[in-house]
Amino acid sequence: MENLIALLIAAPLLGAAVLLVGGRRLDAVGHWIGTVLAAASFAVGVVLFTDLLGRSAQDRTLTQHLYSWIPVEGFQADVAFRLDQLSMTFVLLITGVGSLIHLYSIGYMEHDERRRRFFGYLNLFLAAMLLLVLADNYLLLYVGWEGVGLASYLLIGFWQHKPSAATAAKKAFLVNRVGDMGLSIAIMLMFTTFGTFAFGPVLGSQEHPGLAGDATGGKLTAIALMLLLAACGKSAQVPLQSWLGDAMEGPTPVSALIHAATMVTAGVYLIVRSAAIFNGSPDAQLVVTVVGAVTLLFGAIVGCAKDDIKKALAGSTMSQIGYMVLAAGLGPIGYVFAIMHLVTHGFFKAGLFLGAGSVMHGMNDEVDMRKYGGLRKYMPVTFATFSLGYLAIIGFPGLSGFFSKDKIIEAAFAKGGTEGWILGGAALLGAAVTAFYMTRVMLMTFFGEKRWQPDEHGHEPHPHESPRSMTIPMIVLAFGSVFAGGLFSIGDRFLNWLEPVTGHAEGDSPLSPMAVTLITTALLVVGVALAYAQYGRRPVPVVAPRGSLLTRAARRDLYQDDFNHVVLVRGGEHLTRSLVYVDHTLVDGVVNGTAASVGGLSGRLRRLQNGFARSYAVSMFGGAALLVAATLLMRAV
Amino acid sequence: MSATAVHSLWTTAATAAGPISKIETPKIEYGQLSPTLIVVGAAIIGVLVEAFVPRKSRYYAQLFVSAVALVAAFAAVIALAAGGYGTTKAHIAAMGAIAVDGPSLFLQGTILLTALVGLFTFAERRLDPQAHGNRVDSFAAQAASVPGSDSEKAAVKAGFTTTEVFPLLLFAVSGMLVFPSANDLLTLFVALEVFSLPLYLLCALARRKRLMSQEAAVKYFLLGAFASAFTLFGIALLYGYAGSMSYATIAQVVDGRVTSVDPALAGTMGNDALLLVGVALLAMGLLFKVGAVPFHMWTPDVYQGAPTPVTGFMAAATKVAAFGALLRLLYVVLPGLRWDWRPVMWGVAIITMLGGAIVAITQTDIKRLLAYSSIAHAGFILAGVIATTPDGVSSVLFYLGAYSFVTIGAFAVVTLVRDAGGEATHLSKWAGLGRRSPLVAAVFAVFLLAFAGIPLTSGFAGKFAVFRAAAEGGAAPLVVVGVISSAIAAFFYIRVIVLMFFSEPKPEGPTVAVPSPLTMTAIAVGVAVTLVLGVAPQYFLDLASQAGVFVR
Repeated sequence: MENLIALLIAAPLLGAAVLLVGGRRLDAVGHWIGTVLAAASFAVGVVLFTDLLGRSAQDRTLTQHLYSWIPVEGFQADVAFRLDQLSMTFVLLITGVGSLIHLYSIGYMEHDERRRRFFGYLNLFLAAMLLLVLADNYLLLYVGWEGVGLASYLLIGFWQHKPSAATAAKKAFLVNRVGDMGLSIAIMLMFTTFGTFAFGPVLGSQEHPGLAGDATGGKLTAIALMLLLAACGKSAQVPLQSWLGDAMEGPTPVSALIHAATMVTAGVYLIVRSAAIFNGSPDAQLVVTVVGAVTLLFGAIVGCAKDDIKKALAGSTMSQIGYMVLAAGLGPIGYVFAIMHLVTHGFFKAGLFLGAGSVMHGMNDEVDMRKYGGLRKYMPVTFATFSLGYLAIIGFPGLSGFFSKDKIIEAAFAKGGTEGWILGGAALLGAAVTAFYMTRVMLMTFFGEKRWQPDEHGHEPHPHESPRSMTIPMIVLAFGSVFAGGLFSIGDRFLNWLEPVTGHAEGDSPLSPMAVTLITTALLVVGVALAYAQYGRRPVPVVAPRGSLLTRAARRDLYQDDFNHVVLVRGGEHLTRSLVYVDHTLVDGVVNGTAASVGGLSGRLRRLQNGFARSYAVSMFGGAALLVAATLLMRAV
Repeated sequence: MSATAVHSLWTTAATAAGPISKIETPKIEYGQLSPTLIVVGAAIIGVLVEAFVPRKSRYYAQLFVSAVALVAAFAAVIALAAGGYGTTKAHIAAMGAIAVDGPSLFLQGTILLTALVGLFTFAERRLDPQAHGNRVDSFAAQAASVPGSDSEKAAVKAGFTTTEVFPLLLFAVSGMLVFPSANDLLTLFVALEVFSLPLYLLCALARRKRLMSQEAAVKYFLLGAFASAFTLFGIALLYGYAGSMSYATIAQVVDGRVTSVDPALAGTMGNDALLLVGVALLAMGLLFKVGAVPFHMWTPDVYQGAPTPVTGFMAAATKVAAFGALLRLLYVVLPGLRWDWRPVMWGVAIITMLGGAIVAITQTDIKRLLAYSSIAHAGFILAGVIATTPDGVSSVLFYLGAYSFVTIGAFAVVTLVRDAGGEATHLSKWAGLGRRSPLVAAVFAVFLLAFAGIPLTSGFAGKFAVFRAAAEGGAAPLVVVGVISSAIAAFFYIRVIVLMFFSEPKPEGPTVAVPSPLTMTAIAVGVAVTLVLGVAPQYFLDLASQAGVFVR
């Protein structure tokens, strides 16, 4: 059964190779090749999943050693895969949602002449993401990590004819490089500290703690913080969050798959996978929770002010991942819930993005919600599925988000002490704001008056329901949004499934679960009511009003780009300019000076070569005399 | 030396020899000396060819004889090496005059291959425009005719060519074969003269720019004779010190293992002043031949003036032979004296590396540039010599093999670039060559990169080997100087590449002549050896290290 693991990766990798190498002759069937191979990977995943279910809880870790990648004395890197409950969860999420989004893209990208290439990139992404979650050591994980970065870059900039898309792709790539540096430094530190970076020896298992379990102190904290930096880059957490909003320049299926459901959650995977390292460093864990809490509020505030439907959803994604990172930072009391929220979020956020894509599909690719309005009648399926996703994300009782988010808020309080109150408070506040901005999106898009505007070519939009290939994935994801949470939580199924890998501890919350649920629900109602008061009862202006100071700040992503520009870009320019100055004056001065003096010396020595045999003979005679003298002198000394 | 001393020398020698009937016939191992004997024999046949074969057929006859001789001699070297004479059966042949051992065979093989490639460039007859319908080579129509005189014109018109260059080449090669394997000082000196005299002559034989060629030859001859005098004086002093010409005996005396003092030499034997001065003078003679600073001044003038095929052959083979002899002298005769000669050699190596590289920077003639480059390389090789370890020997052997093919190939390329006045050797004329003749320029660039020691060329492997040996032999500062000089040297090599590929060609620049297969083979062999030794040097490094043991 272990031998099937490689097949998970091989199928989409084959698809990417065939589609990208095959060229134009595959244009007619390329999208089907891509979709079938993604589905095949999902099928293999299901087979492996049933196999794991048939085993006892302690026996659910499968490893496959493919070959020795870098066999050097004292430095062993293998291409080996590990399939346990954690990676299995990701495999199903990635291949399941991935297959649905492949299906959706067939309709969505129908009129794009580079559709084959798009599917090639999607397959490449799947392969890289699966490699990331299946790798059995950090170096191989790094390959997948870079692979998803590459795929993300290619797909954000897929419409490369748009300068904004090209810029966004570059921005995502550059910001991610910062995080990637963190990961590579973490791996180097790991190698110098432990002498290996394989999961087995470093992380150990529940029964047998690995090297990380024995270690403590500064180095462990350094490794953990570097891993956190990597997670911040990939998962768009403060301070490396700035790329996610711009990444919405990519085609909407990409936003749904990569920038909502899977790739951006890789940071959470990394932290949870490295639980043994973080558990040993409470300081690092505190930083993780702070990052999570700050980001969940940051994303939520940004989401409130955006008029671009995809950017509003991007803010929401950032915020929801903030919840996951917060949970992951809480340690054993939060790991399981971080992953559980990750999975449910994968369903409802992918569904929401697909819904947004469906709306854009019917509205001439308009993204400004102020130019939507009243769409529920024209797109009933989209409206229904989007609504279910909406209810799930705001945590409507009984739906997926309700279960997973409530658990995180509970766990945050269970952290205990002042920290617990602050983190829990932030999480609660975030829940209220989530309700506000999602209701805003809902109302501005599907309710109220029609505010449609002709596009730049003068075409009036004719909103219509999307084709079946697009609606089916939305319906499937809506089912997930509704039922996944309940399915996971009732009887602690998800907890029992994941606990052998991540470990679990019950926290000591100052608030009872019932109290948390009640408070959350009350805040939810407040958020919805506020949004309704502002966007439901009053007409939405087509041109955005000036807004309050906070609104204006949020529209500009709380000045993140300005901050980066002033501090990093300008600072970097100053640094490079001064380095160039040093290079030109000092370094070049020394180099050119040396060259000039050598050249001058050469010119002078050259004159000794005057062409007269007598001078040459004198030189030889002098040389011989020197030679004799030196030889005698050596003896004398 | 007073009259009585001379008398006593004579009488003691006479009594020691005893009755005449006891003189033994010298034992000569003809088989083991066959490489040299074949070449000498072929050279003598060449002289006979000059005397008896009609003028029209001489070129072909000479080319045939020379090529066959060189190939046969090389085969003999291979056969000896395969027979174990390089390792287990290494010994001293010809009554102690010649050593047949690993370094000898390795260097003889290298010299013979170099000479074969050199022979191809000597025999090239398509580059020069035809003189009155006769194909001509790089050599003067009639060596004896005065440049610019009527007799010269007549000789050119008659289509004469100097086919004597072939036996001269063979004589030079025979001397070079003996030089690194000479095992006593007299043989050493005779070999030195045997290979030097033909080279003096060859240098004077250029078809074009004859005055410059003759000037070069005269300078080379005068300075060479001067150096030989020093060498001979050094040999005399060493004899006075040790009472013997034999390397083995001298080494024993140096080590203090000989206690019986020859009564005729009682006044001088064991006198260290004689030893030190003698060694210094003898070393000076060899350093002159390898072109080490400050005995290098003949090199640029001679390299520039000599016919380019001769320059190529001389630059490659002389260096191999002379370094071979220097290695044997320092490793076999003077290991006991290494604390005296090493510091001196350090100094010579440093000023040679730096001097060659620095002065090369301002050169404007490609042949002079390559001459200074060869001086710098002599310094690099000296660094390996100074290591005084087995690795030092093998690295020098490898370096010599690699370097000689690069050199001969590079000079062969120089013969191709021509304008109305013959070879266009001024650097300014090479501007933009890469645009006009990309292949020739690319080949030359390969040689330049090898000179510079860029990885994937033999130059890198060789330089790495000698520097490593030097560093491990305790001469790390020397390596630092070597690397610095390499950096300086890289400047002028790369400058030529830049000139060829990134400068605009001049409207009346030189053309690249299409050579016959002979020169093409020479260049192709050079490129092939350069790349093979650069990409896969290990086999040849192993070969060199197997061959790196001197017989004592």
